[in-house]
Amino acid sequence: MNHKIVVTGVGATTPLGGDVKSTWSALLEGKSGIKSLEYEWVAKYEIPVTFAGVAKVPANEVLTLQETKRLDPSSQFALIAAREAWADAGITDVDPVRLAVEFATGIGGVWTLLDAFDTLKEKGPRRVLPMTVPMLMPNGPAAAIGMDIAARGGVRTAVSACASGTEAIVNAITRLQSGEIDVVLAGGCEAAIHPLPVAAFASMQALSKRNDEPTKASRPYDIDRDGFVMGEGAGALVLETEAHAKARGAKIYAELAGGAVTSDAYHITAPDPEGSAAARAVTATLAMAGAKPEDVAHINAHATSTPVGDVAEYTALKRVFGDHLKNIPLSATKSSTGHLLGGAGAIEAVFTVLALKHRIAPPTLNLDNPDPAIELDVVTSPRELPDNILAISNSFGFGGHNAVVAFRSYN
Amino acid sequence: MALSQDEVLAGLAELVNEETGIDVDSVKLDKSFSNDLDIDSISMMTIVVNAEEKFGVKIPDEEVKNLMTVGDAVNFITSAQG
Repeated sequence: MNHKIVVTGVGATTPLGGDVKSTWSALLEGKSGIKSLEYEWVAKYEIPVTFAGVAKVPANEVLTLQETKRLDPSSQFALIAAREAWADAGITDVDPVRLAVEFATGIGGVWTLLDAFDTLKEKGPRRVLPMTVPMLMPNGPAAAIGMDIAARGGVRTAVSACASGTEAIVNAITRLQSGEIDVVLAGGCEAAIHPLPVAAFASMQALSKRNDEPTKASRPYDIDRDGFVMGEGAGALVLETEAHAKARGAKIYAELAGGAVTSDAYHITAPDPEGSAAARAVTATLAMAGAKPEDVAHINAHATSTPVGDVAEYTALKRVFGDHLKNIPLSATKSSTGHLLGGAGAIEAVFTVLALKHRIAPPTLNLDNPDPAIELDVVTSPRELPDNILAISNSFGFGGHNAVVAFRSYN
Repeated sequence: MALSQDEVLAGLAELVNEETGIDVDSVKLDKSFSNDLDIDSISMMTIVVNAEEKFGVKIPDEEVKNLMTVGDAVNFITSAQG
């Protein structure tokens, strides 16, 4: 069976905005979602990195008190984005056994886990709340969404660090191609701006230390880039077989044309500098899409703003696209949002879909002095895109995970 | 100083509301936690843990199954305070 898959709904809550519309507007306006952290723990623990991409709209302004008490912050963001995507798709009649969820996280319920351990140490085991396990488990966000939309066709969680959100979308393709599932709510989330993960990422020298200029800190491809910037939030997409979408007269944003995952087996954190496995993820995605490298007319890059990672991705892209690469308008949106880890691929898939629908590539911030080792056509102010094109979105994660998806304009 | 039965009821109703969203006015002495208020076991244990903290009492696990109604819990907490 070969079912065409389409995107019929999108949702997001990000450092730029509490929904897709506000996020996309802020992105096109070149705004930064990065700011100094105002939490008391930053000074208390002398955390060396004092800024991040905090969600623009706190989850407790959207959800009920009971939802915020029973869900880890990662699940709260997930539920907000998923509900927006679900409402956007307008699905009122789907067989629950033919509805599935593929919702990722990089780390899971880290706030719940560490808060509970603090409680255990301070007050003893009796004060550890009974909801602790279901709140901290990494499948918690997917499970919360599955219950919310009554999905009985399977609820799964991709966990592949910063590739998770894109891998969830790839996993959705398999479900929809199987013929057993008509609709998948897919995406990813993260809520890890907690002193421990921030300290740990800082300890491995992965984070930018540009404490005095938070909005300048995420600067993919710039010669002065010094690490990534943590972000939080979630992105969600409703993916549907074209037949199912057409039968209900749905509006269609784009076609999900392909996707693939590969693995480096090279180093637990460093990307393979040769980029061969990452390149293979791109070529496999294009093969599924029935496309040639020259067909790709927009890239939403992983581009976290680390010295090594940006070059490795460039090397992989160069392997696939050769000289055509310099003709492809490429956006590095983590310059605005920060890096949402397990949510990154999901919001970037939303951005890629919107880029096709609105025929506009979003800008990349802070590219003041392009790294001469990287020859790319980086979009620095919103740029019009042609119609009827193919675009890809890349995600790579600690563990050597490579995940790529391709979307095609839909008319 | 020990709280009165009414004060314990009011405090317990707040905990039930925070956990489940049930209106505080619906939390009355004769209501069954499971049958009337539809509180599941994990929510019940959350309320018990929070009640221990709020009222400074111990509610042994084996006692929880005897707390069928709001009144049972209020009576237990009231006497456990003393």
